[in-house]
Amino acid sequence: MTNLLTRIGLALALPVVLFAAWWFGTEGSDNFYVPPLREILRTFPEVWTGERIRADVLPSLIRLAAGYTVAVFAGVCLGVLVGSRRRVRAVLEPVLEFFRAIPPPVLVPVIMLFAGIGDTMKVVVIAAGCVWPILLNTVEGVRAVDGVLADTCRSYGITGPARLRHLVLRSASPQIAAGMRQALSIGIILMVISEMFAASNGLGFTIVQFQRSFAIPDMWSGILLLGLLGLALSVLFRLAESRALAWYHGQRRAQRGLR
Amino acid sequence: MPAILGLSGLAGLLLLVEVLPYTGVVSADFLPPTHRIAAALVDEVAEGAFWSALWDTLVAWAVGLAIAVAAGIAAGIVIGAVPLLRALTASTIEFLRPIPSVAMIPLAVLLYGTEIQSTLMLVVYASFWQVLIQVLYGVQDVDPVAEETARSYGLGAWARVRYVLWPTALPYVMTGVRLAAAVALVLAITAELVIGAPGLGSRIAVAQSSNAVPNMYALIAVTGLLGVGINLAARGVERLLLSWHQSVRGEVLV
Amino acid sequence: MLLDVRGLKKVYEGRQRPVEAIRDLTFGLDAGDLVCLVGPSGCGKTTLLKCMAGLLAPTEGEVRLRDKRITGPPPGMAVVFQEYGRSLFPWMSVRDNVELPLRNKGIARRQRQDLVAQALAVVGLADAHHAYPWQLSGGMQQRVAIARAVAYQPDVLLMDEPFAAVDAQTRADLEDLIRDLWRKLGVTILFVTHDIDEAVYLGQRVIILSSSPTVVREVLGVDLPERRDQLTTRSDSRFTELRAHVYAQIQAAKRESMEILATFGRAGSGKSSRSQSEAKSV
Ligand SMILES: Nc1ncnc2c1ncn2[C@@H]1O[C@H](COP(=O)(O)OP(=O)(O)O)[C@@H](O)[C@H]1O
Ligand SMILES: [Mg+2]
Repeated sequence: MTNLLTRIGLALALPVVLFAAWWFGTEGSDNFYVPPLREILRTFPEVWTGERIRADVLPSLIRLAAGYTVAVFAGVCLGVLVGSRRRVRAVLEPVLEFFRAIPPPVLVPVIMLFAGIGDTMKVVVIAAGCVWPILLNTVEGVRAVDGVLADTCRSYGITGPARLRHLVLRSASPQIAAGMRQALSIGIILMVISEMFAASNGLGFTIVQFQRSFAIPDMWSGILLLGLLGLALSVLFRLAESRALAWYHGQRRAQRGLR
Repeated sequence: MPAILGLSGLAGLLLLVEVLPYTGVVSADFLPPTHRIAAALVDEVAEGAFWSALWDTLVAWAVGLAIAVAAGIAAGIVIGAVPLLRALTASTIEFLRPIPSVAMIPLAVLLYGTEIQSTLMLVVYASFWQVLIQVLYGVQDVDPVAEETARSYGLGAWARVRYVLWPTALPYVMTGVRLAAAVALVLAITAELVIGAPGLGSRIAVAQSSNAVPNMYALIAVTGLLGVGINLAARGVERLLLSWHQSVRGEVLV
Repeated sequence: MLLDVRGLKKVYEGRQRPVEAIRDLTFGLDAGDLVCLVGPSGCGKTTLLKCMAGLLAPTEGEVRLRDKRITGPPPGMAVVFQEYGRSLFPWMSVRDNVELPLRNKGIARRQRQDLVAQALAVVGLADAHHAYPWQLSGGMQQRVAIARAVAYQPDVLLMDEPFAAVDAQTRADLEDLIRDLWRKLGVTILFVTHDIDEAVYLGQRVIILSSSPTVVREVLGVDLPERRDQLTTRSDSRFTELRAHVYAQIQAAKRESMEILATFGRAGSGKSSRSQSEAKSV
């Protein structure tokens, strides 16, 4: 019990201190760009009303979800195809590494050429940026399928779709999840950036509007919201991952324990 | 053999981009054939402005990465070596890390405009976490027996960091540096593209707004090559440093 | 003859130089046989098993099942691999691991559940249905792999040193279990081991392999009574004689291969040091 209390105390101590420091440090601040925290927090509910959330935050999130989903499907499918054939892998790996190395935001001007400046462009930008880490990690995971497990499947006649479902995808899933985690942060970046270029709504668009009209506390509240969003998505991801990969983490712990 | 296959893959990509516009699948206005992109690249390379943009990008990348690595290692070792600090900061790190770096863009614009500091701010913020997290993993990996031994021989705090903690953490530090190097390039180019700070990113933005499509593709290809180059270099340095590290450890053991 | 191995040779095309794992093996298994295969480690037992299971294409010669040449894993054959830990799906519970091949075979759900429950009960894991393989000890994992093979109801069961990681008591139980299953189900079993006692105790026949080159050194009929039990059989004077005979054969095989090595110099020196350490453990 005291143990739990100590842990909660330790976890909360620094955030409380930092919050207090921000609060009192900016209290009565006359720096135009750094308004008092009190001011930012007061603005927050005024700015992010239900209407704004529906008109700006929700479209952003829907585009993120759409692009991310497309990237996961495409990345895993292509990754399985590329990863299970040695020749194909050897041919495509340098090409894929090249595409992965291109900083994703430079895709925005390219995709604007093809898809204009509408929702499609933003979804495609997010998908095109997120797909590479998922694809390359899937390739890596598929390649590393254990030989003994593969033999086991063959000798019990587990082939084709059953093999894909029970062996390939499952054994690559830790890698796929790692790729999806990288892709999620890229996706958030692209969600914001694509809206900073050309948009009439969205979180990134709104924050830049605030900045251009020098509505500084509003802008800060937007930054805060973006931070909270990033945090929430990463927490959600980790919850989902720890459920889906419970076997993997358990196995790792078991192996560590032996050593 | 794999090298030949890989080269044939790259050749295939170039060929595909060359013929696609002729087949009518995509318009040549949107995706110019390879030879026009190559010609644009030659034009770019002949221009002084291209080289100064490349230089600006590399400076922002290198300076930002250096600051992030130094800060990440220092913070990681201090936090990692003191259990109380570690317990105190864990929640804060978990909270701050997922905050997307692009959230800082409006702030950077207000504070520094289109100066290089804007770029640096984003680069440092994004790559710092990569280093810090890896260093924390590395410090956690220190063998308690080695630590106890060092203590029992009366090694001071500095000597313990130098001879026990640092050698264990080094492989992790190198992983962190490699990841940070890639992230730093992405953020440098992003900042230039969105904010307009000088560099390859803003040159891409200019090419786009002046509808110089082949130049835009050429510049994007340059960023990709830069990224591949940085990855390869980082891997090379990692391997070099770690093999040296292994051999040094071997000597100490004998 | 149910399973026929004819002139089998396997050379691995390694990165530096080819490795000859098997030189020339010919032997057969009748329906309902329980044959043990002994040989020092590294002599190619696993390679032979994989060729027989259709997992590996032989370099020369062939394996025939019911007079048809094996080119891929035949239905009705189950394999228990030496690397038991890696042959179980870590993302599936013990029950799902045992059930998956049955599902794939298209067996109805009801019957599947019965088969799984029976097989797990037989290997003494009736209360481990919901555990994950990595939560079990090495011996328990190996028993899951055996249960999976048993539930599959194969005609032919190939086992590759299945008891290597099991403690002595469990090992004795599992040996009796294999003989029980064999007598009840009439399944044909090829049992690979490097333990001489185990080979003599289990088998109707023992095939002794020599290493480098790997050939059949002797096929020994085990004329012990059908009913075997750990105490009486193992103290039977005939058992002791047979064991001594197999031991002498293996020692002789090792000596010969060492002489060959000595005359041919360094080639395969890694292997010779391994078989020496093997000699001590035998
Ligand atoms: N995939 C492989 N590639 C190359 N050599 C192999 C391979 N698998 C086994 N070998 C070699 O073949 C020989 C026989 O191996 P194996 O069949 O595993 O022996 P055993 O099961 O009797 O211990 C060994 O010398 C081993 O090093
Ligand atoms: Mg073996």
